[in-house]
Amino acid sequence: MAKKVGMEGSLAVSEAVKLANTDVVAAYPITPQTHIVESLAEMVANGDLDAEYIPVESEHSAMSACLGSSAVGARTFTATAGQGLELMHEVLYVASSMRLPIVMAVANRALSSPLSVWGDHSDVMAVRDCGWIQVFAENAQEAHDLVLWAFRVGEDTNVLFPVMVNIDGFNLSHVTEPLLLMEQADVDKYLPVNKYPLPLHPDKPVTMGAFGPPFIYTEAKKAQEVAFQNTKETILKGWDEFEKVFGRRYSPIETYQADDAETLLLTMGSLSETASLAVDNMREQGKKVGLVKIRLWRPFPFEEFRKTVKNANVLVVLDRCLSFGGPGGPVASEVRSALYDQANRPKVVSLIGGLGGRDVTPQNFEYMVDRGLEIAEKGSDSEYEMIGVRK
Amino acid sequence: MADLTWKDMEIGNIITTPGSARAYRTGDWRSDKPIKDYETCIKCGMCWLYCPEAAITIDDDGMYGFDLFYCKGCGICAEECPKKCITMIEEEEV
Ligand code: SF4
Ligand code: SF4
Repeated sequence: MAKKVGMEGSLAVSEAVKLANTDVVAAYPITPQTHIVESLAEMVANGDLDAEYIPVESEHSAMSACLGSSAVGARTFTATAGQGLELMHEVLYVASSMRLPIVMAVANRALSSPLSVWGDHSDVMAVRDCGWIQVFAENAQEAHDLVLWAFRVGEDTNVLFPVMVNIDGFNLSHVTEPLLLMEQADVDKYLPVNKYPLPLHPDKPVTMGAFGPPFIYTEAKKAQEVAFQNTKETILKGWDEFEKVFGRRYSPIETYQADDAETLLLTMGSLSETASLAVDNMREQGKKVGLVKIRLWRPFPFEEFRKTVKNANVLVVLDRCLSFGGPGGPVASEVRSALYDQANRPKVVSLIGGLGGRDVTPQNFEYMVDRGLEIAEKGSDSEYEMIGVRK
Repeated sequence: MADLTWKDMEIGNIITTPGSARAYRTGDWRSDKPIKDYETCIKCGMCWLYCPEAAITIDDDGMYGFDLFYCKGCGICAEECPKKCITMIEEEEV
């Protein structure tokens, strides 16, 4: 029987890394991710996790060290947040193009300036095109589960891509929640040994990360693109198998009270739990409101998403990130373009909030629904609106 | 190599046969090429030492020459030669 414990979100992540019997952790501490790598360093120092812990001088080096260790076939983990993720930026593309199944937890944090250690999604949205599989967790249990799932999916020879597990900074990383700790025997059943097909090894030398002149670069990108699209099947299988072993179900798009909803809220990450409270309140008032949560951000689950929202009239998207001068928040722009060609589709309203750790309350969500309906009916003179701003 | 399709790419574009750099002609973007006056050369080897492309050859007599398959035409050898016996001349259109 899995043990029920009270555990901080960060530790839920590091416990999963330990249970996965990770070989290498290369990381640089940065708030609000620090507790993850701090606890891993402790596990390694105490002999509870037989891994190589590489303390590096920056996040750029952390990800570079991860490339090397993943390339020899070692199970590799790192974690970062905010500015740290941006400092890794160029190396993230190298990891995915070289098809190295690194797993990384990102404790989502706002970007400077003004300097903010608090949560929003500006960090991950700036790296959304880097070719990593990207998922969002809603609570500590999901953070715990998704890290294990990430190793299984990323290292599958039908996938071989790095996986990013997003957990909201502080709201998840620093909050203690009840969760079911996975059993080692179940983990061993679920997660096979990592067998990278062409590892760096002196017995069979290979060249990794060679240069690609114009005559081959396009073919290299096409191969990467096709392989990335093909990850979907294994992603879903990874969740099916997870349910069989651990009894918890995950899907690319998840919903709450969405089936008959006329107005849908769309969120990602920890705010989904707050939004569901607001949905309950509004349902009590007789409003047909529901919630859609994007779990799988990359590859984007177009089919599941379109099917989920097609009968709603209005879809109100909360983005925790600004795209200055753009067509809306990054999530809103993407779902709008995903729906543009559809015969049945809701109107998409783009609202921005929860920036830099600003609380979003159930009342805020109720306002968002009212304002969303108003914009859908009367239009707005701007492409998107920020909510909760003092005037 | 130029007829490889995307289906021929190894995972992560890994190259499984070592030595592929040897087959790559770095000399094809050269605009100037080195020529030299073999009479004044003192076989000191400075050109060999400085060439960034390892495109300076040595024959059995210890005489230094150029491998134009790799020579990029950077002119460093001409600059470093203490006898100034290397001259860069414009590459002709082919
Ligand atoms: S021109 Fe440059 S590349 Fe060519 S032989 Fe001289 S030093 Fe080497
Ligand atoms: S540097 Fe000049 S003198 Fe010396 S070996 Fe080369 S060509 Fe001859």
